[in-house]
Amino acid sequence: MSSETLYDKIWDLHRVRELTGGSTQLFVGLHLIHEVTSPQAFAALEEKGLQVHSPDRTIATVDHIVPTTNQIRPFADPLAEQMLTTLESNCKKNDIEFFKLGSGYQGIVHVIAPEAGLTQPGMTVACGDSHTSTHGAFGAIAFGIGTSQVRDVLASQTLTMKKLKVRRIWFEGKLQKGVFAKDLILYVIQKLGVNDGVGYAYEFAGPAIKNLSMDERMTICNMAIEGGARCGYINPDEVTFEYLKGKRYSPKGASWDLAIKWWESLCSNENAIYDDEVKFNASKIPPTVTWGITPGQAIAINETIPSPESLNPSDQQIALEAYQYMDLQPGGSIEGLAIDVCFIGSCTNGRLSDLQIASQIVRDRHVAKGVKAFVVPGSEKVAKDAEEQGLDKIFKNAGFEWRKPGCSMCLAMNPDKLEKNQISASSSNRNFKGRQGSSKGRTLLMSPAMVAAAAISGSVIDVRKFYS
Amino acid sequence: MSENSILENSSLALDFMNQEHLFPTGPIVKVEGKCLYLNGNDIDTDRIIPARFLKCISFEDLGKSVFADDRIDQKGMHPFDQEQNLNSSILIVNKNFGCGSSREHAPQALMRWGIRAIIGQSFAEIFYGNCLSIGIPCASISEPCINSLTKTIIDKPNLPFNLDIASQSIFNSTESWPLTIELGMKEMLLSGKWDATKTLVQEKERINQIKNSLPYINQFNSLSNK
Ligand code: SF4
Repeated sequence: MSSETLYDKIWDLHRVRELTGGSTQLFVGLHLIHEVTSPQAFAALEEKGLQVHSPDRTIATVDHIVPTTNQIRPFADPLAEQMLTTLESNCKKNDIEFFKLGSGYQGIVHVIAPEAGLTQPGMTVACGDSHTSTHGAFGAIAFGIGTSQVRDVLASQTLTMKKLKVRRIWFEGKLQKGVFAKDLILYVIQKLGVNDGVGYAYEFAGPAIKNLSMDERMTICNMAIEGGARCGYINPDEVTFEYLKGKRYSPKGASWDLAIKWWESLCSNENAIYDDEVKFNASKIPPTVTWGITPGQAIAINETIPSPESLNPSDQQIALEAYQYMDLQPGGSIEGLAIDVCFIGSCTNGRLSDLQIASQIVRDRHVAKGVKAFVVPGSEKVAKDAEEQGLDKIFKNAGFEWRKPGCSMCLAMNPDKLEKNQISASSSNRNFKGRQGSSKGRTLLMSPAMVAAAAISGSVIDVRKFYS
Repeated sequence: MSENSILENSSLALDFMNQEHLFPTGPIVKVEGKCLYLNGNDIDTDRIIPARFLKCISFEDLGKSVFADDRIDQKGMHPFDQEQNLNSSILIVNKNFGCGSSREHAPQALMRWGIRAIIGQSFAEIFYGNCLSIGIPCASISEPCINSLTKTIIDKPNLPFNLDIASQSIFNSTESWPLTIELGMKEMLLSGKWDATKTLVQEKERINQIKNSLPYINQFNSLSNK
């Protein structure tokens, strides 16, 4: 059993009581809701005659179904429109603040809460979306929940949860030029597997992590779930405080000093006990790309697609499925593979710094013939900041489309979809079969810089070639 | 066959299972019925219910879209479309079933198709919790046992089984296989406390006490004046 870690401390502070069956009733400090997983929860609440317990700790936005070209209401898709109106009316009825389209605060739920200063160290954060682990970058315990748990949190501001074990993943060294947080987390998932995190919270630590910005830390925690870990977190430090300072919902004035003191006290102690520890050297991590149908099926850009024999027996079957689905051969190389669509966006890599990095690659260059490339900023604020810096123009001049914020082709619940068996280079987080809107569509996950480079060259390419 | 006719075909059998009074309520001590084996590791929630079916404000219609893309792909040969599997209530799966997104639409779709229990080598965590919260037991099974169980299912389709929660086993009239049901899940199923909302709201006072003890709520709360 871990002790004295940030996870343990936050857990204890939010523990309401122990329940039958070894679960804990845990208080949720911040509940984020969106249009996809909340309607059935509100309906169930109404059915049971229950009220929302803490509208003051609940924030809503719309992200999954919004079109990224024309956002004029009513939406062209009546189902999407119905989901949004249902959310609007649920928020209104229950006095829940809604970050609506055009407000300047709308965007992907995991982008808007941090950028508004809503996500803070020491909180428990829950949202009906598995990538809620993102918020752990601030030293919060943040986890995705299902709709019936959304109902529970609405009804009681608590949920039942089993305490996780804590695995510390330590990174020595420093990421090389052209290698990003996305590569780091893809590398970790490839090494540890997509299941190894089940039952764990991942604490990411070490000199390489300390060196990262908040945007990069969010990318890493965002994908902890792809390694099976329900939450990932990073102890808060100067970088965290600097990021939060002056944000809309951050503490101000005398409260700020009070907050910092408390936040610092939550960090894992030096002599904290972990259930497991793993070490990596960040300087050895190469640009990493997925070739298959799980985020764990990844290789270094200059490696070849693994043969079944080289894999663990338990990974062989899914590899066979992947060769067939992806139409790739073991022994083939990933570099040079022609792509059809380039997508830069999502809660993994749709933040300002992601767009800045990608724009540097495409500046004064042009998207390869036949490639469709588009950028979907993670939020209205990201879009505005990027436009103020002229990034939209750089992308447009290079032949990218510049879209309005939303989840877009990360999971294609809006009109942005792959067609037939198109291959996309995508900065999102899941390469499951059919994930990007076509049941035969193929997804290669990579860093936004690598996506940008792929757009320019028309095929997968080592982005480090653009830096030398 | 067109996309729709594949999905609609199997839905005829669903009308019965999708009636609300047949959904789990109260203590769950056993699940009876036929078993359906779905081969493969890492079957994710996007496959169980593709994202386009998430565009709904109620779970009602999800049963017929379960595994939609796989079924369209396999043109009627998918286990969920095969004659002998219709009306099955126990799903048998391999490793890491239900990985991927937190969508409760996945277990909801399975439940509305008629599944009332899942036996597998392992489950993804959120999916597992989502199943419990709607009263679907997830039991784990060892590799030798799943091999012999699936052999029996394939050899003798239409055989009725009995999954017993308390004794953690599945059996038919001649054979029995041990299962592991996590202690917490077992207690919650047997006591009926898997329906968490009721239990949680009871503790109003203690909840408010915790709420008011948190520094980010009682000392430096910027949400209070929103
Ligand atoms: S961007 Fe993708 S992963 Fe993130 S919340 Fe939206 S759909 Fe989910």
